[in-house]
Amino acid sequence: MLYTNLKHIETAADHAKVISENENVMVICGRMGPMCIPVYGIAEEIEEEYKHVKFFDMEFDNPQSHVIRNIPEVKGFMGIPFTIYYKNGKVVKATSSIQTRAQVTAILDKEFAAPVNA
Amino acid sequence: MLNSMNSNNHYDAIVIGAGPAGLTAGIYLSRARLRTLIINEGTVGGQMVLTHEIANYPGVESISGYQLSNIMKKQAKTFGCDIKSNISIQNIELEGELKRVTLQDGIIYTANSIILTPGGRSRTLNVPGEGKFKGKGISYCATCDGDFFTDKEIVVVGGGNSALEEAVSLTKYASKVTIVHQFDHFQAFEHAIEEARNHPKINFIMEATLSAFRGNENLESVDIKNIKSGEISTFKTDGVFIFIGYIPNTEFLKGKVELNQWGEIVVKADMSTKLEGVYAAGDSTAKRFRQVTTAVGDGTVAALAASNYLHEMKSKLKNLIPA
Repeated sequence: MLYTNLKHIETAADHAKVISENENVMVICGRMGPMCIPVYGIAEEIEEEYKHVKFFDMEFDNPQSHVIRNIPEVKGFMGIPFTIYYKNGKVVKATSSIQTRAQVTAILDKEFAAPVNA
Repeated sequence: MLNSMNSNNHYDAIVIGAGPAGLTAGIYLSRARLRTLIINEGTVGGQMVLTHEIANYPGVESISGYQLSNIMKKQAKTFGCDIKSNISIQNIELEGELKRVTLQDGIIYTANSIILTPGGRSRTLNVPGEGKFKGKGISYCATCDGDFFTDKEIVVVGGGNSALEEAVSLTKYASKVTIVHQFDHFQAFEHAIEEARNHPKINFIMEATLSAFRGNENLESVDIKNIKSGEISTFKTDGVFIFIGYIPNTEFLKGKVELNQWGEIVVKADMSTKLEGVYAAGDSTAKRFRQVTTAVGDGTVAALAASNYLHEMKSKLKNLIPA
C-alpha cells in the first residue's frame, strides 16, 4: 500500500476515469522505496502551484497497474517509479526512476502549459 | 542591514536541510517562539524519508521513514516554522551578525543564526552515460528494481556492506552478479564478505572501476578500467547497481565553514562551529554514528544552543537602547 498524501488510483477503471475526466494528469507508479518517495514528495509539494494538473499515484505491485506497466511508452524502463504524463487521456511523456523537481517541472511546464489567468 | 531585518525575509534562525536534525531544530526553535525558516534542497525528511521501516526510534514501535518525516514536518509547521523545500541555495554568507542565504530563484533570506543540517546523499560514479541509463539499466536500489533483472547478468559496483549485501540479495533475480571494486580488499563486515565469496552466482573483478556506460535505448555494456594497468575492456551486462557510499552535502559550504578531509562539518559538543551564531547537526557533521535518533539529538542541542545565542544577542541589543 502506498501511504503518500497523493490521491491513489486503485483500479484500471479508476485510471481510465481519471485520465478521461481531467485534461492534465501525472501518475506516479511505484513502491515506497528510495527511488519513488522523492518523486511523490515533489508531486505533493507542487500540487498547490500546478492547480491545472491532477496528481495521482498507483502501486506498482497492484496487478491493476498493468494499465501503466504495459503501455508502449515504458518499454525498456528498468527503474521505478514509472511516471506518466497524460494530456486529454493520451500519454505525452513517461520517465523511469528518480527525478528531480527541476526535471518534473520542466515536463509539466512543457506539456501542460498553464492556462492564461490561471 | 536594518531594511533586511525588518522585512518578511528576515528570520531569527534559518535551518539548512529538512532531515530529522533540521526538522527537530525547526520544532525546538519555533516552539521557543523564534521566527524560523527551514530551507531544503530535496524532499522533506532527508535520508530518513527513504527508510522503509524504523523500528528503533524510542517510543514508536514501528513506523516508516515517510510517516515519521511527515509527522515531524507537521509538528514544525504547527509551531509556526516556515519550510521551503526542493530549492537550491545559490550562496550563503555565514560571517558577521547577519547571515544571508540566496536561493536559486534570487530571493534572499537573512537571519541572526544558522543551523546547517544538509545531510548526505548516495555517491554516484559520475562517468559518461550514467545519467542517460538511469532507470534503463542503472539502479541505486536493489529492493526497488531487482525484479527487472530476472535471469539477467548484472554488475554491482562497490565494496562496502551495502554493495555485498545487495549483491547477495540480487542473486534472487539475476543469473549472474559481477562485483566490481576499486581496491584489492573489501570494506564490509567479514560475514558479508564470506557470504558473497561463497555464493555460486557471484564473481569478482577487483582493483577496477567503471569508466563508461554504453548502449542504445538501454544499457548494453560498461567499460571496465583496470586500475593497475590502466587497460580498459568492454564488459557486456544488462544492468549495473551502484553502492559506493554516502557523501555529505557540504559542497556549498567549502571555504565558508570548517570541514574535515571528508567534507564533514566540524562542530563542538554544543554543535557550534567556529563561526558565531552558526551551528551544525546531523549526518553532515563529523561524527561516528549516523542514526535518526542521533540526528534528532544533534538537532535539539543545536537549536537550544542557537536559542541561547539569540537570547543573549537580543539582551545585548536591549541594553544598548537608552531608557
